Amino acid sequence: MHPVLKTVLGRLGLGVATLFIVSIIIFSAIEMLPGDFGQAILGQAATEETVAAFRRELGLDEPPYIRYLQWVGGAIQGDLGTSFSGRNASGTDRSREVIDLIAPRLWNTLFLASVTAIIAVPVSLFLGITSALYRNSVYDRTINTTTLTTISFPEFFVAYILILLLASLYPIFPSLANVDAATPLSERLYRSALPAFTLTLVIVAHMMRMTRAAIINLLASPYIQMARLSGASQTEVILKHALPNAWAPIATVIAFNLAYLVVGVVVVEVVFVYPGVGQLMVDAVTSRDIPVVQGCALIFAITYILLNLIADIIGIITNPRLLHPK
Amino acid sequence: MSKLEYRAIQELKYKSGQIDRRTFVRSLLATGVALPSALSLAGQVAAATPKSGGRFRMGLGHGSTTDTLDSATSENHFTLVNGYTFGNHLTEVSNTGELIPELAESFESGDAQKWVFNLRQGVEFHNGKTMTSEDVVASYNHHMGEDSTSAAKGLLTQVKSLKADGKNKVIFELENPNADFPFIVSDYHISIRPAGDMASGVGTGGYILQSFEPGVKSVLKKNPNYWKEGAAHFDEVELLSIIDPTARQNALTSGDIDAMDRVDLKTVNLFKRNKDIYIWDATGTAHYTFPMRLNVAPFDNYDLRMALKWSIKRQELVDKILLGYGAIGNDHPISTANRYHNSDLPQREFDADKAAYHYKKSGHSGKIPLSAADAAFAGAVDAAQLMAASAAEAGMEIEVIREPKDGYWSNVWNNDAKGWCACYWGGRPTEDWMFSAAYTDDTEWNDTAWKTTDSAVKFNKLVKEARAELNDNKRRELYYECQRLIYDDGGTICPIFNSYVSANSKAIATDENIAANWDSDGAKCVERWWFA
Repeated sequence: MHPVLKTVLGRLGLGVATLFIVSIIIFSAIEMLPGDFGQAILGQAATEETVAAFRRELGLDEPPYIRYLQWVGGAIQGDLGTSFSGRNASGTDRSREVIDLIAPRLWNTLFLASVTAIIAVPVSLFLGITSALYRNSVYDRTINTTTLTTISFPEFFVAYILILLLASLYPIFPSLANVDAATPLSERLYRSALPAFTLTLVIVAHMMRMTRAAIINLLASPYIQMARLSGASQTEVILKHALPNAWAPIATVIAFNLAYLVVGVVVVEVVFVYPGVGQLMVDAVTSRDIPVVQGCALIFAITYILLNLIADIIGIITNPRLLHPK
Repeated sequence: MSKLEYRAIQELKYKSGQIDRRTFVRSLLATGVALPSALSLAGQVAAATPKSGGRFRMGLGHGSTTDTLDSATSENHFTLVNGYTFGNHLTEVSNTGELIPELAESFESGDAQKWVFNLRQGVEFHNGKTMTSEDVVASYNHHMGEDSTSAAKGLLTQVKSLKADGKNKVIFELENPNADFPFIVSDYHISIRPAGDMASGVGTGGYILQSFEPGVKSVLKKNPNYWKEGAAHFDEVELLSIIDPTARQNALTSGDIDAMDRVDLKTVNLFKRNKDIYIWDATGTAHYTFPMRLNVAPFDNYDLRMALKWSIKRQELVDKILLGYGAIGNDHPISTANRYHNSDLPQREFDADKAAYHYKKSGHSGKIPLSAADAAFAGAVDAAQLMAASAAEAGMEIEVIREPKDGYWSNVWNNDAKGWCACYWGGRPTEDWMFSAAYTDDTEWNDTAWKTTDSAVKFNKLVKEARAELNDNKRRELYYECQRLIYDDGGTICPIFNSYVSANSKAIATDENIAANWDSDGAKCVERWWFA
């Protein structure tokens, strides 16, 4: 078997094992959450009997390990269960499948993450490479200061500043990013502009500085000096000689930031009323809607594991030493 | 003709379009009005005359992924506003708080037990079908009967039988007389839909539903055949669920929406500075209470209850807990938005002497425990602390116990383990409804356990009597007395009524009267407001 394929399969196996452990952690963490769905939904009407009846109806009176096995068994077959909410005090059952709840939201989140990534990744790479190229120049310092400033502010602050500038004072973009399934692509892009800018500002610094550092680190290596001695220009040295060896750390950081875009943007979603999966999860935690929380957490874990896997593979492919181990 | 009369006539002509703005302003100038005032007067007159057109976008602080178009499941303000926008009911509460016929042209009863509703003729559903008594009966059956899961089922258990009498009349037979029955049928759950189609959002309302995404938004278009006159002025409507108050306020500031509910009180003073919007508030029926249980010592003592009632600085609670957006309560649950609010009762204020007098008379000594958690209402613990401080001025010691939020409604409220705690009530549109929810001896939610004192016995008798009474004046007398009994002997301390605080863009005009039975102009803002 080709060594790359073997390594990839090995990583994939490890990923599945990690996912399994994560599922146990998710389940036990939620088990430890204080509060009770019955009480949260029944409010003033929560007497001991009604809460007990609720727990029975939802199967919450079963021991934890049985519920865990049921959940994992379902999840493997793509069934994340049925949401708790929708069973209100009036007795009407309007609960929806967790998958149906998550799918449209997840699509929105992935859309926003992709738009942001399409802007942020090339920009960071470009800024990172050029600032390595013109190291310690005014250009380098300006880029560094600016990106470090935007990453230092909390997201909601960046978001409000952008709303103030680009929605209130100079109304170019809408402050509401309430897209839906029927929104046409152009409208969708227009509406997602401010959240995407906000996220770009928040993640550019990390990727840009990693690119710069990885390249600068290599510039001190003997083979770069050799390249210089053989008459290569600074641009050639960086693009042809340094960059290929810097892909592994850069890919890791990009993967990390992309994962963040999928799982960690709830604040931005709330500020711009963007119907993403983060907000769904926070709502679900507030109402103790356990199946939805578990489903979201599992999808987030898969996102992290997959993206890290891809970064690892890129690291292996671009590194001959890992590609041809002794 | 005097100048004033001339102005009034010109105003009428301008309103009805007989003269244009220029002529109107000129005639005002002729009567000695200065130009700036004349222009603003012209603006006001123009604003007071409803105009058609525009796309109205509203941000609402509710909405959930489990919302549906079936009015039986309505439970939050988003579904309320949405439901009232595309649907009608047999009766409605007007913006002045009166009960007026809606899909019923008139209603009558001789004994408050048999109610006859005469239906409006020629009303069409959005699907083109003409509304008849058959649809009304089907709409009601949707909420009644063993298998119904409607949230309005409890409201309609009093209906013994319901039948159509011809195409344009329905007759309800009740188990017991209920003079408030026409009020009950205005409830937001009991929307009239075409028979056999209760869930798709086809109604008779001023707007036709175009699309609905639960927890996100609802889009509607003006109904060209709307039967109601002087209503539904917008061409298109978009209702958005924007849960985060900051996001809602941002959207209004940046012009992405035209109106919003539930302004964040913490920032309302900053928000007010924006010149393009205006903040308005309406005191409805929602109130905060501190129920004392009469079956737990020391609250069985009349004088101790009285001492505590006199020891509260109500205005301070309105100013500090509600930041001014509310009204002081008078220790009974009937609000000024209700029909029979007893305005004759003297307003109870902080009075250290009276409190001390009753406290001494009660013979109680030591700490009085008061349980509170912010589960009861935002700021409940702070309110309890303020009460403890003012009681200390009258020589009483209230010990505030901070309870956990989780399980508050089962372990603290309405529980004999705690004699006194904090609570909230959304209020009810009628006196009988409010009393039967929390004060009569047969309700589970009687959180004061006020059942056996002489006054309580009398109260229960009067509530039953008032329910069967059709004479308005007699009912008023009975309900006044009921409020007095709770005010005097009851176990509840009701210091404040909280207001609905909303914000509109200045482009939106409303009638001078705004309903307070629900938030957002009785949840009927969409058909009542217009673009100025």
